[in-house]
Amino acid sequence: MDKQQDQQQEARPVLEGPDIARVLTRIAHEIVERAKGADDVVLLGIPTRGVFLARRLADKLEQITERKMPVGSLDITMYRDDLRMHPPRALARTEIPGDGIDGRLVVLVDDVLFSGRTIRAALDALNDIGRPRAVQLAVLVDRGHRELPIRADYVGKNLPTSLRETVKVQLAEEDGRDTVLLGAKPAAPGAHP
Amino acid sequence: MQRHLISAADLTRDDAVLILDTAEEMARVADRPIKKLPTLRGRTVVNLFFEDSTRTRISFEAAEKRLSADVINFTAKGSSVSKGESLKDTAQTLEAMGVDAVVIRHSASGAPYRLATSGWIDAAVVNAGDGTHQHPTQALLDAFTMRRRLVGRDAGLGKDLDGRRITLVGDILHSRVARSNVDLLHTLGAEVTLVAPPTLLPVGVETWPCEVSYDLDSTLPKSDAVMLLRVQRERMNAAFFPTEREYSRRYGLDGDRMAKMPDHAIVMHPGPMVRGMEITAEVADSDRCTVVEQVANGVSIRMAVLYLLLGGNEPAVSHARPTEEK
Repeated sequence: MDKQQDQQQEARPVLEGPDIARVLTRIAHEIVERAKGADDVVLLGIPTRGVFLARRLADKLEQITERKMPVGSLDITMYRDDLRMHPPRALARTEIPGDGIDGRLVVLVDDVLFSGRTIRAALDALNDIGRPRAVQLAVLVDRGHRELPIRADYVGKNLPTSLRETVKVQLAEEDGRDTVLLGAKPAAPGAHP
Repeated sequence: MQRHLISAADLTRDDAVLILDTAEEMARVADRPIKKLPTLRGRTVVNLFFEDSTRTRISFEAAEKRLSADVINFTAKGSSVSKGESLKDTAQTLEAMGVDAVVIRHSASGAPYRLATSGWIDAAVVNAGDGTHQHPTQALLDAFTMRRRLVGRDAGLGKDLDGRRITLVGDILHSRVARSNVDLLHTLGAEVTLVAPPTLLPVGVETWPCEVSYDLDSTLPKSDAVMLLRVQRERMNAAFFPTEREYSRRYGLDGDRMAKMPDHAIVMHPGPMVRGMEITAEVADSDRCTVVEQVANGVSIRMAVLYLLLGGNEPAVSHARPTEEK
């Protein structure tokens, strides 16, 4: 009964466009503060939406530091631990900035932090690409329910959720508008993508 | 559900474009210091080669190892096959060992199809060349090379070869590369022309989805890519043309002929090249010749195929043609 009611319930926005811009500005300032000027920072977004967020963060960091910020993308599909539970997915783009990541402070950027498995895969992928000085994690939304000992260094919004809920991030570059929606999960339970 | 790659004709346009796009990402791995992905960790792939082919075998082996698969190489020479063991017994042995995929090269056309459909083995079957029938990964790597050179590396993503004019020259009769290429290029929207002496064209070629010509010189100016095929003397049991000299004069590509091609057009060859007969050294060493690129692209394509067939719990590649065989 409960479930049916949940499903009928409309997804409701928890963050709107201006909120997203504001939290990204805050994260940018936090990065500069913690990295003491962000001299050696490389931003790597996790496709799809993490890449857009990484680019936006890079713009904001450039405004603050007045320096060009290296930004790239890191596809983690081949490193997922659930590859064999689904049909193989089309690969997304991995693009590492020209100077590489050796000795740099890599900030991974993703839209939602959930089980932590995506970030685990990203750490493995980084391992094959180079050896960063340190790796930090920035996410727009942390919805909890971690399955691995992983936490984010920069969080846009902590959003306590139930496992019966879904968090959907929409960004202008991909979806035409900026919003974070909290809704009810349709039918079958499954892992976070 | 089928999970094999037996013929280039089995691939739909979407499948083929997915494989080419995936290969583009795989090619990036080759540029990295650590050329390895954990994707097929714990999966066992057997390279079952009943016919000699160092080039194709090491290409598959490199692809399998870059995806972290466990690789077993099997060559018929010195194995129980030379003692009289049948394909069925070999297959059942592999099945008992829990093999996940079999890459098979066989001199008999249809052997991979038999292996995939007989129920002897549960593994995915990838055809690495069977007789004069098919060599689908070769066709895919050729299409990949064409798309990269003619459309562009990044601009080509998601695109096919619509409207490109491709000419295949030489021994069409004995060439599985030609058959696979005609099938795949047609699926990808290219216009294919075959140029060969009448004796080296197979019976029924008029039913293939391509044009046929006997005159290379008139075809060159309107070609975006010219692919020369090796004259397969080992498969020839009769005289198909008078002399090598005459073949070379009419169907070989030299500098003068290459000059008739449009500026953007490329020269391709599946290898091994017979220099001086199908292709002169001048053409083979020019920067329009993609032979070395084709070899590098072969590894990326084979990684893409293995990932899409084995990476998940079911293959990502669908099959247009269910059961019937040519």
